[in-house]
Amino acid sequence: MSVATGEKPVLSVRSLCKNFGALAVTQSVSLDLYPGARLGLIGPNGAGKTTLVNLLTGMLAPNSGDISLNGESINGIRPEQRVKKGLVRTHQINTLLMEHTMRDNVAIAVAERRGFAWRTLRYGPQWRACLEEAHTYLSGLGVAAAGDRRVSELPYGQQRLLEIAIALSLKPKVLLLDEPGAGIPSTDSHIIDEALEKLPAEIAILLIEHDMDLVFRFARDITVMVQGAVLISGTPAEIAKNPEVRAVYLGRSQQV
Amino acid sequence: MSDQTATKPALDFTPPRSGLAALQLRDAWHLLPWGIAIAFYFYADGFHSFGTNVLIMVLFTLSLDLALGYAGIITLGHAAFFGIGAYTAGVVAVHMTTDPIAGLILATILAGILGVLTGMLILHTQGVAMFMLTLAIASMFYEVANQWRSVTGGDDGLTVPRSAPLLAYFGFAGFRFDFRGMTGYLYTLSVVFVWFVIAWRIVKSPFGRSLDGIRQNPRRMRAIGTPVWWRLVAMYGISAAMAGTAGGLQAQATRLVGLTSLELQLSGIVAVMLVLGGERRLYGAFLGAVFFMAVQDWAAAVNPVYWMFVIGGLLMAVVLFLEGGLMGLLDKIFGMFAGKRVENAQPSSNEVKAGEVKTGDAK
Repeated sequence: MSVATGEKPVLSVRSLCKNFGALAVTQSVSLDLYPGARLGLIGPNGAGKTTLVNLLTGMLAPNSGDISLNGESINGIRPEQRVKKGLVRTHQINTLLMEHTMRDNVAIAVAERRGFAWRTLRYGPQWRACLEEAHTYLSGLGVAAAGDRRVSELPYGQQRLLEIAIALSLKPKVLLLDEPGAGIPSTDSHIIDEALEKLPAEIAILLIEHDMDLVFRFARDITVMVQGAVLISGTPAEIAKNPEVRAVYLGRSQQV
Repeated sequence: MSDQTATKPALDFTPPRSGLAALQLRDAWHLLPWGIAIAFYFYADGFHSFGTNVLIMVLFTLSLDLALGYAGIITLGHAAFFGIGAYTAGVVAVHMTTDPIAGLILATILAGILGVLTGMLILHTQGVAMFMLTLAIASMFYEVANQWRSVTGGDDGLTVPRSAPLLAYFGFAGFRFDFRGMTGYLYTLSVVFVWFVIAWRIVKSPFGRSLDGIRQNPRRMRAIGTPVWWRLVAMYGISAAMAGTAGGLQAQATRLVGLTSLELQLSGIVAVMLVLGGERRLYGAFLGAVFFMAVQDWAAAVNPVYWMFVIGGLLMAVVLFLEGGLMGLLDKIFGMFAGKRVENAQPSSNEVKAGEVKTGDAK
């Protein structure tokens, strides 16, 4: 991993373990994310990538191990509070508010971040400020023109971009992108590439992705997981050359 | 944080105004329901008590719309809070003061507090479990009222003294509650209006939108940092308080509080009114309650034995054929007149429509 000297990791995972009964889905995983990191996490189906994301976001509790954000342990902190501390994820399958407009989806997140979402009776100017800020995130990703449309009417690619816009509007320090390109037809895959390029440089990003091309274009470091454990970490070039990885992952995907 | 986006001025977008500033001429239709309600006062001689009861059910249905419609809290025990409000207003009038507003405020507050407390218990659960818990809590409230005879009168009910004149403060004589129920009607209408404005503000607020979001997708709301449980508890409390007001109004209007105000049947009826009128529409509560009570009145007069059969048939027709209830029907009728103009909102053909693409073969 690229370790900038003297810089502290913004997200640090130490010996994280999770069992479902006798099945060890996460086996002593350790990794560090530094500010500005672009870490790709790959592995065959069932390698425990999504479980790891759920452990990091707090949807699952680990059996042992430690997760710290900005040097502060966040074990036992509820998912929504981890979000407030800057640990934000996107979802592999859309979890958008389909009945709301695109802009409202972002504005609701902005209101939540600003601690403004408890307002019930007096809110006019502040809500308009939330809508304005939501608009800037949408236009940053080039989808502001559809801001007034209900999410259920939007093309799938734009829904994927909306996921990213919502995550950005929460001003994350660490962003976990869970298969941002999932379900997008290959002819449209460039829109995710472009969106990922525009992500603010200082955010530490963990990209979990099936699309090898996307990972190798985007990530500066790659960690390979197999059967719940980290197999190897290295630069994309190292990973691509590694015979073990080719055998266990890349080779396998060629057979399929 | 995202410098290139967040600092760029949004020149091409002006967020819509909200509140009174947003009102335009085409919003004038809001005058219609309230105008009808006021006209009823002047022209419906002899029907003021009936009108008052309808308004009370409108308020009760509106309270259920906040919890069930907007927040998606599956409850079939909302009569618990209606009954609490009714008994509170009744007991206050018997033992403390006959001032109507004092009784109503206490009924509202107590129902709200009980809403928050029971909400904290049940809102951890979802679906059938939540549904069962609301039933269980309503049954417990019913049994307390049944057994605590010294306060509630048990199954004899509680006779409530006539309210003191309205607004009789600081030496002002106030408005006396007449036998025809005309003052009572205006008093109830004013209370319903105040709650309606509050509900209107709430559902448009960031708070209300976040609850609408929780109904659609709690996972999404957690992922943006929403404390889902607390948010639901708060909305449940507001809804319970509103139901308590409705109960208090009924105690003051009918001057009798009985166990029927806590019965499960009442919870069912108010849910029927909401579905009939249309969920998440606010005015759906008006249409549903008015329509239900009018049909009930008519059907009971035609055939006192089988009137529930008529109601049941109506409900089936609405659920099967009318998505969005009577408000949905109004939408369709007005949509037919304005239909030609809406059709230009077609997506361009090269776009990939949502749902046509499978969300990946992953995992």
